[in-house]
Amino acid sequence: MAGYLLRRFFQAVLILLGVSFITFVLLYVLPADPVRQIAGRAATAQTVENIREQLGLDQPFLVQYGRYLAGLIQGDMGRSYLQKTEVAALIASRLPATLLLMAGGIVCELLIGLTFGVIAAIYRGRPLDQGLMVTSFIAVSAPQFVVGLLLLYVFAVQLGWFPIGGYGTFAHLVLPAVTLGIMGSGWYSRMMRSSMIEVLRQDYIRTARAKGLTRARILSRHALPNAILPIIAMIGIDIGIFMGGLVVVESVFGWPGIGQLAWQAIQRVDIPIIMGVTMVSATAIVLGNLLADVITPFIDPRIKMR
Amino acid sequence: MKKLLCSTALIAATAFPLVAQEYSPDPDATPGGMITITYKDDVATLDPAIGYDWQNWSMIKSLFDGLMDYVPGTTDLRPGLAESYTVSEDGTVFTFTLRAGVIFHNGREMTAEDVKYSLDRVTLPATQSPGAGFFASIAGFDEISSGEAETLSGVEVIDPLTIQITLSRPDATFLHVMGLNFASIVPREVVEEMGDDFGKNPVGTGAFKLSEWTIGQRVVFEKNTDYWRAGVPYLDGVTFEVGQEPIVALLRLQQGEVDVPGDGIPPAKFVEVMNDPAQAAQVIEGGQLHTGYITLNVGVAPFDQLAVREAVNMAINKERITQIINGRAVPATQPLPPSMPGYTEGFAGFAYDVDGAIAKLAEAGFADGFTTELYVMNTDPNPRIAQAIQQDLAAIGVTLEIRSLAQANVIEAGGAGQAPMIWSGGMAWIADFPDPSNFYGPILGCAGAGEGGWNWSKFCNEGIDAMAVEADSFIDPAAPERLELWSQVYQDVMAQAPWVPVFNEQRYTMKSARMGGDDALYVDPVSIPVNYDYVYVTE
Amino acid sequence: MVNVAVVPVSPAGVWRRLLRRKLALFGFAIIFMVVGGAIFAPWLVRYSPNDQLFNGLTLQGAPMPPGADFLMGTDLLGRDLFSRILYGARTSLIIGVVANGVALIIGTLIGLTAGFLRGWIGSVLMRFTDLMMAFPALLLAICLAAIFQPSLWIVAMVIASVNWVQTARVVYTETTSLSEREFIAAERTLGASQSRILFRHILPHLVPTLIVWGTLGISVTVLLEATLSFLGVGVQPPTPSWGNIIFENQTYFQAAPWLVFIPGAAILLLALAFNLVGDALRDVLDPTQRGYD
Repeated sequence: MAGYLLRRFFQAVLILLGVSFITFVLLYVLPADPVRQIAGRAATAQTVENIREQLGLDQPFLVQYGRYLAGLIQGDMGRSYLQKTEVAALIASRLPATLLLMAGGIVCELLIGLTFGVIAAIYRGRPLDQGLMVTSFIAVSAPQFVVGLLLLYVFAVQLGWFPIGGYGTFAHLVLPAVTLGIMGSGWYSRMMRSSMIEVLRQDYIRTARAKGLTRARILSRHALPNAILPIIAMIGIDIGIFMGGLVVVESVFGWPGIGQLAWQAIQRVDIPIIMGVTMVSATAIVLGNLLADVITPFIDPRIKMR
Repeated sequence: MKKLLCSTALIAATAFPLVAQEYSPDPDATPGGMITITYKDDVATLDPAIGYDWQNWSMIKSLFDGLMDYVPGTTDLRPGLAESYTVSEDGTVFTFTLRAGVIFHNGREMTAEDVKYSLDRVTLPATQSPGAGFFASIAGFDEISSGEAETLSGVEVIDPLTIQITLSRPDATFLHVMGLNFASIVPREVVEEMGDDFGKNPVGTGAFKLSEWTIGQRVVFEKNTDYWRAGVPYLDGVTFEVGQEPIVALLRLQQGEVDVPGDGIPPAKFVEVMNDPAQAAQVIEGGQLHTGYITLNVGVAPFDQLAVREAVNMAINKERITQIINGRAVPATQPLPPSMPGYTEGFAGFAYDVDGAIAKLAEAGFADGFTTELYVMNTDPNPRIAQAIQQDLAAIGVTLEIRSLAQANVIEAGGAGQAPMIWSGGMAWIADFPDPSNFYGPILGCAGAGEGGWNWSKFCNEGIDAMAVEADSFIDPAAPERLELWSQVYQDVMAQAPWVPVFNEQRYTMKSARMGGDDALYVDPVSIPVNYDYVYVTE
Repeated sequence: MVNVAVVPVSPAGVWRRLLRRKLALFGFAIIFMVVGGAIFAPWLVRYSPNDQLFNGLTLQGAPMPPGADFLMGTDLLGRDLFSRILYGARTSLIIGVVANGVALIIGTLIGLTAGFLRGWIGSVLMRFTDLMMAFPALLLAICLAAIFQPSLWIVAMVIASVNWVQTARVVYTETTSLSEREFIAAERTLGASQSRILFRHILPHLVPTLIVWGTLGISVTVLLEATLSFLGVGVQPPTPSWGNIIFENQTYFQAAPWLVFIPGAAILLLALAFNLVGDALRDVLDPTQRGYD
């Protein structure tokens, strides 16, 4: 077990290294000169050259990459080109908002998804089941920015139940979290349904019914806990999927997270920030996958660790 | 010409506080109260040497002061931290007498040493200031810029309240530059203590000081009770909330939660607001020192032919484009905006004339039209405007391919001379200071036409350049002969048609009912958008 | 995950079982309509999609709501929305299918090679796949779009280069599990060549998986294209794409909600259709792995 973990950890580090390299390359070949952005429009050629030298952008590619990596290992992600603030500080200040949103998204997708899945499994084959499954299909097919705009329009603008974007209170969190969670809820409801059906087929359930236990008891004590297990392992993978949605959802709702930060940085070619956010996201994805892989064998002994 | 210069110089060699009328305080002003301003984008930095954004420009103005200042709500210069100044005969030596008893937010008194430190700092390459180039006329600039020197030789401390600045050539824009944010006076010990984090912990001499900054959410200013100008600011403080979409901000204003949406009235709500008399009364319209234009790259065929450039000028339906942005602009005829000194009243420019444009093209040998590219920034409404331009040019047989890209990519293509046409939207020129020369140098002059420069049309006319230099060699920026010269410069530029000036955006500021103060303060041409020092609340 | 059916099913049987499912029929109907609309667009519309019409805007420059003149209203430049939606279908379909096709090919090549050849090639390829999985897909797509100035085909390539990872993993898993089966071992002992094994035994068993993933994948690429266009880094104007219609008009979503929700519904329906068909295909082609009974 320890050996396995160590191996996976080592792999994770290699993967992150690869991510940092590829991202650095991509940003290097971007046909936009960050120095010009910093220097502004009134700059003389001399000022531009000065700035280029200051930032070390006149060095060959590998030297630049090497310096970045050296800094990264010590926890220094450099400073934003345009704000001069430390990237690590910028990300740290916005990370809580993003984490909150992700947590909210996970809660939403689990609440909706699991509930729908359980109900669909219980009423299997009947119209309710069909209806819920179609709904789950729709949830998976809906573009998140449309869902976001729709929820904003109906519940915030027209009905006024929630604030129109922004950050601060629980009320601010509801709409963006639901938007983020809807897509995942479609997946989870289907998985929960199959998992539940599988569990309900088992002998021990039949035994429980024969013993005369109430339906509710059976469900809550015996069926649900077993059905949920495979789902739990999947949550880690979710983090990766969320990362994509964050840019859009944070943009639509004006949520001050790292998605919004990344988007603004890309517009202005603020390379240190882009690198920083990519590394943080990639780390989250890798950790999430690792978590899922590690938990799964505990939950389902049938699956061996490779 | 020379004789005139001498006599003007003679008159100028006397001490004088500045040109225009002093500001008469508002009798209705009541001190007290906090206001809330919203912005969509985060505030990047409040370091005056670096800040160059829409949001932080006016914020920095309220936190810091420079030697010169402007009469609130106008483009007229007046003394700032310098109580008075004298100019030498040839216009190259300025001696400023500083006010006594000006205190920084950290309690220390300001002296001439601070002025020297601030000017050295902004021109030092290590600071990476985007405004360093403005100080090019100060003697010693080249040395400090190339790294040979660590201070500006032209800035000399005579005594704690007197500072002397020597220019390498007469520069009519110098006083304006002294009123720029980049010339703000900063305290050395705080800058050295904070290093690169000074931008998040600014300390200046301004009417407000920074009281709180929660990154990504809000910045709060509080009144500087030791401010050297008596009676102002009226407000107890200002709260800036960031990350707010303009539509959200407007809705919150309607509910009384926000006082001024900093990004203006969103286009989608504009019509609705203006049609409601109660809301329209809270909207103030003013001119902006802004021009939106299309650059035509004279180095790329077929724009190397004057006739083709003229044809394109004649083909653009500026009225329709103005309609696309809800009429919040006036069609432009020349590079300078109407409220800029030096603007040529009644200049006809190129009238909208499709047939004439087709004829011109045929004249140039392009009776069958041609294909070319238009680069545009990919944020709304610029792609829409680009498509309107595309349709206009299709009418004269020109096929336009649109390249809608991120801002940085467009700037890169423009600087490299790759882009045949660029729509300036989102990157359009707004004057750094209210002087006609600001619209020339970097974007129309030979200096900006080099590799990476902002003169995206790569237009370089030695004759016009010479006229521009001459126009800047005056001492008094407002001299009528100078403005005449500048007017001539731009007329000559338009004769060569390297640009299609399309519109000048109007500023619309909406304020809550409880805010008071002269209208001009809400469309302040210098402290954009609102002059926080002079507004107040009426409750 | 789709496990392999032991015996490849006959196409006719597949069709029959597919058409018996109501949801699949619904999906097919939508796809049929969208494809039809895209192909026959020039004959179905009254106005050209890029014509900025004078009477398309009110006097104050606001767009017109759906009505007699304009079936779905006009957009902020006075262009007929119905026309742009139909022509936009072309963009979504072309990019969706092409991007997905390319992603499928890349993914299959990599997964197949890694799974069949194993050894260090397989290791390297799969580690590379893991690496690409660690990238937040959208950020990567945006960066790529910033590097290569987006045109229709570039956008398709960008999406493909971000989307092949899932296919590669699935194909890899299947190929490895297939390779380990007895009949493959039997063939090897009989002396069959590598390519024979590959083409006659492994590839055919992959076909059902590829069909299912191919169909499901189109819904992903359609959504990704819409998102990229929504962020302003998709196809260039004036080419209509359902995503960039929303992008251009989103500031008006309160005053003119039809400009956001009609294209939004279109994106949803198309993605839904491919999801339904793909899911039904999965049930039909592989009864051992049910997503939905």
